[in-house]
Amino acid sequence: MNGARSRLELLRRIQALEFTAIDLNLFLDTHPRERRALEDYNRVVRELAAAKREYEEAYGPLVNFGHAPSPDGWRWIDEPWPWEVEN
Amino acid sequence: MWLYEKKLEYPVRVTRPNPRLAKNIITQYGGPDGELAASLRYLTQRYTMPIAQAKAVLTDIGTEELAHMEIVAALVYNLIKDAPLSEIKAAGLDGYYADHDRALYFVNAEGAPWTAAYIQSKGDPVTDLHEDMAAEEKARSTYEYLINLSDDPDATDVLRFLREREVVHFQRFGETLQLVQEYLDRRRYY
Ligand SMILES: [Fe+2]
Repeated sequence: MNGARSRLELLRRIQALEFTAIDLNLFLDTHPRERRALEDYNRVVRELAAAKREYEEAYGPLVNFGHAPSPDGWRWIDEPWPWEVEN
Repeated sequence: MWLYEKKLEYPVRVTRPNPRLAKNIITQYGGPDGELAASLRYLTQRYTMPIAQAKAVLTDIGTEELAHMEIVAALVYNLIKDAPLSEIKAAGLDGYYADHDRALYFVNAEGAPWTAAYIQSKGDPVTDLHEDMAAEEKARSTYEYLINLSDDPDATDVLRFLREREVVHFQRFGETLQLVQEYLDRRRYY
């Protein structure tokens, strides 16, 4: 298995899911009673949480300050950082 | 409290140095209509918003703008990181190089440093939300000009994403303005 490649694939999935969540979040701020958007938001939250859990177990935490465990050593410091672009 | 997430909101791909393009794109980092100005404007205006929805919109869009600032930084950083000095000179970035090497700094396309004078916070929520709508349109125009200037399809793709977000933000601020107007009208008549 190509580790770097599957890491990027999972990251792209997380980026896509989280983008949907951001967009729905802003929409719900001004349309809090839109049931469909709320249902979509809650569905994305579940899918995003599952994808992030899978990513963090394999490649280390995406969030620090107590929001993700770090069972196999302190991996928060691992490179690459987001601006260190991999093509 | 803010949390840092160790990922970009949208993927950035750079395959070759392009200091000329970086010199233009950096205005969305530290220029008058850039992402730093946008983020700080909304995050400082939110304290005096009169309704809960407006406080949420300014907090959320102000936070998303921070993520956009990081995307712009990632673009500029990668476009100049491996650029040879000859290309930096040819791009007119030699003045920037003298002050900052290839580091990131908050300037506009002509090198003028960021200033808080770019933004306002008036205490009147109607005034502030009008400024915010105008700011989104100014950022959208800037992204359009940057897309016109771009000769790198990967950079253009990122600029298009950022331009579309300004359109969405403009829409949300317009709705927020209407909600605030309705609230103020109710207060006036009852
Ligand atoms: Fe925006």
